[in-house]
Amino acid sequence: MSGLSKSVLYDFCLRMGDNTLILGHRVSEWCGHAPVLEEDIALANTALDLIGQTQFWLGLAADVQGEGKSADDLAFLRDAWDFRNGLLCELPNGDFGQTLMRQYLFDEWHWAMLTALQNSSEKRVSDIADKAVKEASYHLERSRDTVIGLGDGTAESHDRMQAALDYLYPYVGEFFEADTVDEAAAKEGIAPVLESLREGYDAAIKATMDAATLRLPDSRFAHKGGRNGRMHTEHLGHLLTNMQWLQRAYPGASW
Amino acid sequence: MYAQMVKSTGEGLKSREDMSPEEAAFQDKIDADIKIEPKDWMPEGYRKTLIRQIGQHAHSEIVGQLPEGNWITRAPTLERKAILLAKVQDEAGHGLYLYCAAETLGVSRDDLTEQLLDGRMKYSSIFNYPTLNWADMGAVGWLVDGAAIMNQVPLQRTSFGPYSRAMIRICKEESFHQRQGYDIMMKMAQGSEAQKRMAQDALNRLWFPSLMMFGPSDADSVHSVQSMAWKIKMDSNDELRQRFVDQTVPQAEYLGLTVPDESLKWNDEKGGYDFSEPDWDEFFDVIKGNGPCNVDRLAARNKAWDDGAWVREGLLAHAEKRAARKTAAE
Repeated sequence: MSGLSKSVLYDFCLRMGDNTLILGHRVSEWCGHAPVLEEDIALANTALDLIGQTQFWLGLAADVQGEGKSADDLAFLRDAWDFRNGLLCELPNGDFGQTLMRQYLFDEWHWAMLTALQNSSEKRVSDIADKAVKEASYHLERSRDTVIGLGDGTAESHDRMQAALDYLYPYVGEFFEADTVDEAAAKEGIAPVLESLREGYDAAIKATMDAATLRLPDSRFAHKGGRNGRMHTEHLGHLLTNMQWLQRAYPGASW
Repeated sequence: MYAQMVKSTGEGLKSREDMSPEEAAFQDKIDADIKIEPKDWMPEGYRKTLIRQIGQHAHSEIVGQLPEGNWITRAPTLERKAILLAKVQDEAGHGLYLYCAAETLGVSRDDLTEQLLDGRMKYSSIFNYPTLNWADMGAVGWLVDGAAIMNQVPLQRTSFGPYSRAMIRICKEESFHQRQGYDIMMKMAQGSEAQKRMAQDALNRLWFPSLMMFGPSDADSVHSVQSMAWKIKMDSNDELRQRFVDQTVPQAEYLGLTVPDESLKWNDEKGGYDFSEPDWDEFFDVIKGNGPCNVDRLAARNKAWDDGAWVREGLLAHAEKRAARKTAAE
């Protein structure tokens, strides 16, 4: 593999793995605090799947990097500017509605991306996608049903879901805006052309929001800066402070 | 043990002569190890005692998510985070099986939940202690799940069918939990000086609260006799506590940790350890609501329930709308 391809694959794996790590962490914050026992179990299950996928993506990133690091080194010993997740993933949980709306907006993209990655020219990528897409399709089914149920529920649940959608929608566009890494990955057949996923995504969320009696914001304005690390939100640093504390406080220990 | 000081009928054990024909036939079935199923006739005291016991056990699983959930976001590796998440998810699943078992006795999950939230029903005293360092995740698995297993393995043979079947499923998962807890303790005990200190600190804080899980001494345990005759309770508190100490002390020695009890000594004659009783005044304080975390634990459960009301109502309203639309379409 050429130096350029290595660097593209490394960045690509970080983007996939940081999405699942940071979102998995956020979802895991719910453990023991969900509105009903079945939801508690489902949230823990989603978090568990996402952390499992992180082990694959960051494990592959570490292999490609070839500096003898592990997935744990990448998860626990990088600072915020080296994280490559979409900003959506690091936003706070808010109420249960905001958490599930965030999950749904991510799941639609994640499922489409993983489905496309099953045809990746890089076998190690398509192998991970084969495993992860089954979990993602279950996550999508559940988050879509919940968004519809709460959108088309009571007046209060409807208003809360609309507020969640209005807050989160500006963080969607980032997942479809390609930069030089995405262009190189698409050119090498590692990953799909990002923009090619948008049409299907838009149609899917439109159908879901219609069923949920929710209105998609007119503006397509997109916050960005997470996938290239240029400018994360203030929230990420706090999340990392918590997540990385033991590894930082007791360097070199084996757990 | 996740059920402590469960009140039974409040009356002493009924003698054969005092039993009605139905009661005598019921006792005969229990004595012959025939399972009681939800639709079978049962004495009201048996039903009520079981609801209290299974409900308390279910609440313990749910409140028990909190001390371990406290470390999920700070788990030191991806693998530890995944294992801990899976474990806490299992506990929630145990709560679900147990609430279902209780529902077969004619009480709803919402009713039991309300009794937990307003303090009428209890959960195990152990979950009113804090988890303060990472080794606590090891010690909870090793000691707390270990103590729970001591009690739950015999309960697989309990007389009430749904409870027994829930216990069989739960025990399989609990033994995995205990092993992963011990695995964390091994890592910590063989780790750096700081990690060894965490491991010893966890054992120091959790040892006596774990012994309290079995409930007060037999001499002070007023409700046990009837429950044992009904095979709702299989062994006495003191027998289980002795078994737990005998099993756990060699494990602590293997880890190179010191059990925080100066009176701990092998007794050749009884073939078990002599050990100090926990501080029962502390135990009764915790039961009364004065443990280190009682207020916080109940506040967390109440907040989850109150904050989630709009979600439950929203999903219910949606289900009703869907059903109505379906009827209209037919």
